[in-house]
Parts: sequence; C-alpha cells; structure tokens
Amino acid sequence: MDELIAVLREQRPDIDFATQKNLVDDEVLDSFDIISIIALISEHFGVTIPPEEIIPENFNSAESLHELIVSLLDE
Amino acid sequence: MKRLCICVATIAFVICFLSAQRLLAPKYMESLHEGALTAEYYDDEKDNDVLFIGDCEVYENFSPAELWKAYGITSYIRGGPQQLIWQSYYLLLDALRYETPDVVVFNVLAMKYDAPQSEAYNRLNLDGMRLSRAKLGAILASMTPEETVLSYIFPIFRYHDRWNALTSEDLKYFAASESVSHSGYYMRNDVKPANIVPEGPKLADYRFGENSYKYLDKITALCESKGIDLLLVKAPTIYPHWYPQWDEQIRDYADEHRLRFVNFLERAEEAGIDFDTDTYDGGLHLNRRGAEKLTDFLGKLLAEDYGLEDRRTDAAVAAIWREKTRDYERMAEAQLRELDEYGEIRTFTY
Amino acid sequence: MYFTSSAFVLFLVVVLTGYYVSPGRFRPVWLLFANSFFCVASGWAGTACVAATCLTTWYAGKRMDRLSKSLAARLADADLVSSEAKALRRRTKEQKRLWLLLGVCVNVGILAVTKYSGFFAQNLNAMARVLGLSFTASGFDFALTLGISFYTFKALSYMTDLYRGKKTEAAGSLVQVALFVSFFPELVQGPISRYCDLSPGLFAGRIPCRDEFCAGVQRILFGFFKKLVVADRLLPAVVILTKSPDEFKGAYVLLTMWFYAVVLFADFTGGIDIAVGVAKLFGIDVTENFNRPFYSKSIAEYWRRWHITMGAWFKDYLFYPLSASSAMLKLIKPSKRIFGKGVGVRIPVYIVTTVLWFTTGLWHGASWNFIVWGLTNGAIIIVSQELSPLYKRFHARFAFSETPVYGAFQIVRTFCLMSFIRVFDIYAGVGVTLGAYASVFADFGREGFAARSVLDLGLSVSDCVVVALGVCVMISAGLWTRRAAYKGTSLTARVCLCFLLFLATTVFGCYGIGYDAKQFIYNRF
Repeated sequence: MDELIAVLREQRPDIDFATQKNLVDDEVLDSFDIISIIALISEHFGVTIPPEEIIPENFNSAESLHELIVSLLDE
Repeated sequence: MKRLCICVATIAFVICFLSAQRLLAPKYMESLHEGALTAEYYDDEKDNDVLFIGDCEVYENFSPAELWKAYGITSYIRGGPQQLIWQSYYLLLDALRYETPDVVVFNVLAMKYDAPQSEAYNRLNLDGMRLSRAKLGAILASMTPEETVLSYIFPIFRYHDRWNALTSEDLKYFAASESVSHSGYYMRNDVKPANIVPEGPKLADYRFGENSYKYLDKITALCESKGIDLLLVKAPTIYPHWYPQWDEQIRDYADEHRLRFVNFLERAEEAGIDFDTDTYDGGLHLNRRGAEKLTDFLGKLLAEDYGLEDRRTDAAVAAIWREKTRDYERMAEAQLRELDEYGEIRTFTY
Repeated sequence: MYFTSSAFVLFLVVVLTGYYVSPGRFRPVWLLFANSFFCVASGWAGTACVAATCLTTWYAGKRMDRLSKSLAARLADADLVSSEAKALRRRTKEQKRLWLLLGVCVNVGILAVTKYSGFFAQNLNAMARVLGLSFTASGFDFALTLGISFYTFKALSYMTDLYRGKKTEAAGSLVQVALFVSFFPELVQGPISRYCDLSPGLFAGRIPCRDEFCAGVQRILFGFFKKLVVADRLLPAVVILTKSPDEFKGAYVLLTMWFYAVVLFADFTGGIDIAVGVAKLFGIDVTENFNRPFYSKSIAEYWRRWHITMGAWFKDYLFYPLSASSAMLKLIKPSKRIFGKGVGVRIPVYIVTTVLWFTTGLWHGASWNFIVWGLTNGAIIIVSQELSPLYKRFHARFAFSETPVYGAFQIVRTFCLMSFIRVFDIYAGVGVTLGAYASVFADFGREGFAARSVLDLGLSVSDCVVVALGVCVMISAGLWTRRAAYKGTSLTARVCLCFLLFLATTVFGCYGIGYDAKQFIYNRF
C-alpha cells in the first residue's frame, strides 16, 4: 500500500492519496493521469490492468486501486 | 392552491395564444379584401331565397341589393377568389347548417380545375370558415402537398412569420372587422373597357376532370336532397376563356340531371351589357353598372321561372334590406366621388 | 422523419397514446414497433442497416453469454484445480473474443461501407493519380438519414461490455437488443447510451409521474425553441458566409466562427433536448450529452462537457484499451531512453491521443476537413498537457488567477479557440479553411469588412434581435440549471415555462411554408 502511494505521488505529488476517496468522480485525476498511473503500476508491480478494470470505482482511491492490484496478482 | 395556479396559467395561456393568433392572421381590410368574404356570411341575416356559390364570377357580377330592389328577392353570395368546386360544395354545406334557400346558383367556371391549385387562394377561401365538419372536408379536399390541417385549425402556425410585418391595420381590426361586401357582392364602380379580347389558348384536353364532376354530382345531390333548385350559370365575363367544348359538357350534364344551365356570355347583349362601360378590368369582371344589368336579367328569370315571391311587402324583411340597400348606395356614391376626385377608389369597407 | 416536422409530432402523440393505454409488459414491444416505424419512415436502406446491426449484435451477444454461462457452470460443479480453472477461463475468454471480433467487424464493416467507402475510393483515386496509375475505384453512395454512427457505437459498446463482463453481465433477447439499438429518440443523433444505463428504463414499461412528464415536455419545447428560433434562423447566414469565402473575409470569418458556434450549439443541444425529453415521456432516463460546454475553461474540459457520451465512448473503448495495452506499455522504456524521463513516459499516450482524435474526426464525417479538425483538437490537448506545469507555476505565482475575472477569461478563451477550429466542419475544404484563417489576420480591418455588407447575409434587424434574445434565453437557462435549485421547481412554474416556450417558439420559430424542415446539422454524422 505504501509502495503504491509512493508510486502515485510520483505522478501527482500535489495530491494526498491517503485521504482522497473520489479521485476520478471529482475530476482530480484526468485520463492522462490514469494512463500514467497504469504505466507506473505495470513498471513497479509487473501487473497489467486490463481495460475492463479501468473504471472510476477502481481509481477513486488508493485503497481500491490497491485491492485491484492484489486481485490481479492473485490471478 | 396549486391546481388553481395551473388553471389560471392555462387560461392566461389560451388567451395569449388566441390573441397572438388573431393579431398575426391577415385582416384583409386595407388590401386583398376578397380574403374577408367567407367570414362575413356568418354575421349576415340568414333568410335568403337565393344563394350564389362560385369564384369571382359570382361575387363581382351579381348584386343582391339590386335583386332586392328590382324583384324583392333576398340573396347572398358565398363566393371567393378562385373558389374551387369542392370549396363551393363545402361552403354550401356550411351555409345549409344555417338556412335552406329556394335556389342555389353555381357558376361553372371552376369545373376547369380538377386538383388543388394554390395555397394562397385556399387560405383566402377557407380561413374565414367557422370550424365545422364542412370546413374540415374543405381543408382536406383543398390542401396542396406542403400544407397541414393543423395550420388551418390554428392559423397561427401559418402566419407566425408575420410578427415582423405587422401594420397598423392589424391593430385597428384586431377586435372587429368591417364589412367589405354587400351580401357577398364586392363592389367596383370604376370602368376599364375590354379592348382586346385575348384568344383562349388551345388545350390538350377539353374534358373536365373526374374530381370536378365528383363535386358537381355532390352539389347536385345535396340540392336535390334539400329540395333546392340548382341553377348552373356561366357569367358573361369574356376572360378567362370559356370554350365551346366546355359549354357542351355542361349542357350535357344539365340535360342528364334535368338542371337548368344559362350561359350569360351568349345573352350578354340581351341583358344589355356593354363591355366598353360595364367592366372595370377589361372584361374579367363587371363593374357595378354591369352587375346590376346582369342581376336584373337573372332576377326576371328567377321570378318568372322559379316562382320566387316579391317579399318587399314583408315589413320585417324590408326593414333589413332597406338598411342593406342604403349601405350599398352610400358606398357606390363614395366610390364615384373618389373616382372623380382622385381617379381611383379608396373606399372598400363600410 | 425530422424531430421538428409535424409528422414527428403526430407520430409521437400516437406512440405515446399507445404506450400509455397498453398494459405494462406490452409497452417495450410497442416501443420496438414504434422504432421500426420510425426507421421505415426514414427509408428502407437505413432500416436494413439498423436491422442488420440489431441481428448481428444480438447474436454475438448471445454466443458470448452462452460461453460465460457454461464456464460458470463448469467452475461451479467440478472441483477443479486452480490451474485448470485458470486455463478454462482463458479459453473461454479467447472464444468470447472471437465472437466479439466477429460482431465488431461486421458492424464496423457496415459503417465503413455505407459511410466511408466513397471517401476511401476518392483518396485511393487521388493516390493512383499521383502514382500515375490508371485506376479508378468507386464507393457506395447511400443517402442514409438515420444516424448510423450513433447506433453502431451503441451496438459496439454493448458487445464490448458483454465481453468484458463488467457493466453488462447478461445478454439481452433479440427484442431487448433491437429495442436498445434502434431506440428512436436516440436513433438520429444520439446520445450514445450504454446498454447497462438505458436498459432498466427501456424494458420496465413505466409510466412517468406528472412532474416527470411535465419536465419532459419542457425539455422538448426548449429543444424546439433552440432549434427553430435560434439555429434555423441563423443557419442561412452561416451558409452564405461559408459558400463564398472569397467575398466574406477578415472580420466576416470571425463572424462565421461565432455564428456557427451558436448554430451548432442550438441545433445539437436542441436535438438532444428533444431526444431526452421524449424518452422522459416514456419514463426512460437517457444519459445526458451536455453539461453547459461553453462554460469550460480548457479544451480538455470542453470535451468532457460537450457530446459527453461520444467522448466517454472513445475513452472507454479506444483510449484506455490502447494506451493500457501491453504494446504501449512496452513502448515506454525505449521512449524514456530517447526522450528522457519526463516526456518519455507520455509519448505512447500521445500517440494514442493522436489515433483517438484522428478517429474522432473521421467519425464526425468522411472527409479530410473532419480529420484535420480532430487532429487539431488532439494537438491542442497534447500541447496544453505539456504546458500544464508552466500554467501551474503561473497560477501559483499570480493571485489573480483565482479570481472570477480570470475564470471568465479562460471561458472566453476556450470558446474562441473552439470556435476557431470548429469551422473546419463547414468550409468547403481544408485549404479553404486555412485561407479563411489567414484572412482573419490579413484582411482584418475596414476594407475587408466593407467588401460585403452585413445585409447580404439575409438577416433582417428583427432576425438579429430574435437570435440575440434567443441566445440570452439559452445563456440564462445555462446559469439557471447550474444552480441545483431548478430541480425543485414547482409544477406550476414548469407549466408556465412550457406555455411561454410554446408561445415563443410558435411565433418566432422558423418553420412552415417558406421554411424547409431543415435537417439537424448533426444527423449526417
């Protein structure tokens, strides 16, 4: 989780990922950020997020993103 | 409370809508007076011995006031510009809701049109009709392809564009119109002799159309069912051209249905019509002098052959027609005065 | 059948009456019948295309659904080893992908043949001429009145969602899929709804409550107002301006841009208002397509607020899948090496962005105008993305960037920029548009303006006043809907508003004899 937040900070240092819960719905992250985050995650965790998982619910908070990564690693 | 508010809003809306519609519809008071003819019928006395139907060849060529003065016959002209035969039929049907005359006179020139002609003329003839089944029938029979029934029922959908063309006329006649006709007769006192009479162009087919016959049949049947004598006439105006082939067809039809057909073109001389003095537009329409002559001639025929009584002894009817003839004469004087003074007519309403 | 024709109004009244009197479970079938009638009234060629899309979409969906079900059954009953289950999952996924591909190919094929074959042939011929080959190709020439781009995209999203198994889990029956694809309010110009969003309302056969009904009527009337009073009154002037670009230069080009912005906005949002309002009368909620787009402060934001369903479609089904694909992710490393750490990461995304905007342009119309227009949008978005650190520093440095005045400046800037590039749509070609751009700077001034008169545009003073008032109404409506309060508007106020809109549109609209029922500008796309 901490590692993830560090990765997210790399893309957007101005955001407090630990507390924000509506990153996509409140338009804090735009589509460029999301793609960059996906690229960073693939780089750091070796996980490719499939297109069907690129939905607001999975990117709204660091927690949900963490859960997604964990479930993808399990598969 | 809520319901009340909505009711008030609805009433306000209906008032606004109808006012806008009235404001935007053409009034036909200062120009194109022929458009006002159809509506005037409803305000008139409906106790007529004779009803005329047809196009300009009736409302410019016969004078009900003269018919009264000379023969004591009451009459009304439900004519309109380029009134097509189905419009004549439905206007007759409409009039029969209010009265049943003894004789209906139909001018047969309209037989030449078998299909809807022009949107503008449809409007001039039909907009003045009160909403009824007859009106609906007239609309459906008359519509050109680009027209809609809705715009006849609510003319605002047709005339909404006039918001930037409104004139003082629209305000002046917003609440009430004036009369432009004398029992449907559209008066003209000016003179323009018929010098050159153009030849009628050759036609490919001289037969009247199926649709025209269909409505002529309907008119015949309607009159028969109501016990009305139908008299077919052709007014003595020399243009548009009346072809012998047409004349023959009407004669055949009249014979077949035991109707009377009078072609006044052949009897213009007998009636004393002089095309140098009795027409105001070179032979298309008669002026007042010509119309009175023609009416005298027709009146004799109506009184003698159709047995229409002289009602001048009936005090109630006479009172009404006294006023009518007074208006008629006043306008005639006014027009003559204007012709003297300005060389043109300015008074068309009273 | 255009939305603003009296035939459509009559059709709507009949369909609504039938819908309200029939028992609940027949209502969806009745709607499908109405859709079919709507299609047929627009021509048989279009109907055939819609029918083909419905059938193929339904069948592909059904096959994918069957595969998912059998997978679920086998995963449930046997005690599989996890590696076996994994293999089974993968195999099912591959089979499903086959059906998806088939469905997508057929539908994109129909779209390509009907809409793009002419354009393709034209370019092929031009290329042959350049290469000196004696060779001519000819495309099919279909005059399609129904919005094939719109319903094809709906069908594609349905199949993709079903394949992904995320938003749409169970396939619809033929009636359901056909009802979704051919839903008549959306058929001509969208919105591009998703199956998961539209289907609950579509299949419920619900009668709306009184307030909803009134809101629907209000929406429809406002759509008519925008389209008839503003768009159709101003459109002839835009046509005149763009038909003779050699005569209307300089300041007239700016006039063209602003006029076209107003016309397109009034026409397109008006059409969508009618579509949304009509759906509301059937108790169906349709995804909104606009969120006051002219209040956007940047181009990227504008595209999140203008034609939302199309933007979302491209994002979900093209942009994300492409940029998150392993190929693109693999590209990051070499690109980083070449361009450095900062830009290097973003280069693959920019490639995808370019592809995205190329496609968006092409989607709007089969001509280079639209492609150049799309690519210009993409370029601006990429540039502003690259400049965003600069902007941020600028905003942090100067306090006035937080003030409303600066916000207003951003809104005006975005509006002007969008108007500037949007005229690619309407000038005859790319060259003509570029010429017009040049003349804004070259011929700006009294001479350019005096070359022709404003009176040549066919607008009377009263037309201008009506358009100006109409624009004011649209702006105030925008400000009004921004406040949440309007949702709680009382029924009485809504009824009054409906009456006012009806009267204003009736009197000041351009319709009836003397006016063609002009096509919605957007329905050719």
